[in-house]
Amino acid sequence: MADPANKVLKGDRLALSRLITDIENDSQDHHTILDQLFPHSGKAHIIGVTGPSGSGKSTLVNRLALNLVDGKNRGSSHKIGVIAVDPTSPFSGGALLGDRVRMRDLTSNPDIFIRSMASRGALGGIARAVDSTALVMDAAGFEIILIETVGAGQSEVEIARLAHTTIVVEAPGLGDDIQATKAGILEIADVLVVNKSDKPAADGTAQTLTAMLSVGEELRAQSNKNSRTTWQVPVIKTSALNGDGIDDLVAAVNAHHTFLQEGGEWKIRSTERLRALLERLVRDSLYDVWNDPPNQVKMEEIFRLAAEHKRSPYQSVRDLFK
Amino acid sequence: MEKKIRVLIAKPGLDGHDRGAKVIARALRDAGMEVIYTGLRQTPDMIASAALQEDVDAVGLSILSGAHMTLVPRILKLLKNNGQDSVWVFVGGIIPEKDGKTLSDMGVRAVYGPGTSTTRVVEDVRAAAAE
Repeated sequence: MADPANKVLKGDRLALSRLITDIENDSQDHHTILDQLFPHSGKAHIIGVTGPSGSGKSTLVNRLALNLVDGKNRGSSHKIGVIAVDPTSPFSGGALLGDRVRMRDLTSNPDIFIRSMASRGALGGIARAVDSTALVMDAAGFEIILIETVGAGQSEVEIARLAHTTIVVEAPGLGDDIQATKAGILEIADVLVVNKSDKPAADGTAQTLTAMLSVGEELRAQSNKNSRTTWQVPVIKTSALNGDGIDDLVAAVNAHHTFLQEGGEWKIRSTERLRALLERLVRDSLYDVWNDPPNQVKMEEIFRLAAEHKRSPYQSVRDLFK
Repeated sequence: MEKKIRVLIAKPGLDGHDRGAKVIARALRDAGMEVIYTGLRQTPDMIASAALQEDVDAVGLSILSGAHMTLVPRILKLLKNNGQDSVWVFVGGIIPEKDGKTLSDMGVRAVYGPGTSTTRVVEDVRAAAAE
């Protein structure tokens, strides 16, 4: 019997699926498998799809994956991994993961692997297991990985640190030009999509977003005149429902891929992704140390002193790390 | 981190009555489980593929069309082919007693008729995942 890492590399779907479960549960024995798979990763184009709930992310991912898998706009066919995140209930800890309802065309395709994932309390609209899951899919030979975040509001920008290309999906009629000028989710877009273009308000939303982007570009051009070729964020109207604009969206994603590869940006983003992963691992390890029972006793003491207002929690934490 | 119980809730076949499936999905969610809901009109192949990709502990099938004797054996066979014969399969819907017995003999672990309490389903799935 081959070991789990080899099975994953050879395309064994059950081995991959079980490994993802181990990543999600952070079970001890999977760490060495990740060590073995890591050298085989680093090739996949990781695409994040984010935006408010109800903007049509899942339906759009369905269309995107179908278009990319047969490669009609990207030269050759590709194996596609999909990670679809939905929120965990803060009360029960359970989750209803319903993205597959919109992805029924993808379910039985042997070149597509979809994994639904609960956010399990992680912030930023993605689950803690997402980066490692993308890594193992990458090692397993999936060339394009689509990560769909939970329905995101204004500040769920974590996805941009994980993805090479971030698609922000907006729907018509959700806000005016002041919303579009605020910092946050719109800023992380490499490609902006106005979905539901079959609705009458779509043109207005697309115009507002385009105007907002052009102001941003003028300001950027003034501040760094010497910069290399920069990426112009396209605004693309799609209807995930009837398929309008999907070819344009795929063309934009491919253009961004080429831009990253040719401008040297690919390497920068890949390095940043690794740095983000490293930071998270350090944070998690510190937290795990902290969760150890002996440290919990110390924590209770700190908490007691703070509750009685005898010593500030700031002071206690500073002392801890001395 | 504790292990979460993952359950696939699917509606194979052509009937469009998904209220029962949604109630069970919600009850399992409220019991702290991660429920993957696939929606209506799933083929046995789609259900087995989803179960494989999601690495679920249990698969719940809701069938009101009367086609259970055709659909369920196919799903069981596909799960087995994929190496997932340990997955706990349960069926809900309008299943005559005789058919229920046959399905149990084939490997279905529980058959729930109308009026089954959601608490019972939750407890059964929890017990099965602890096996």
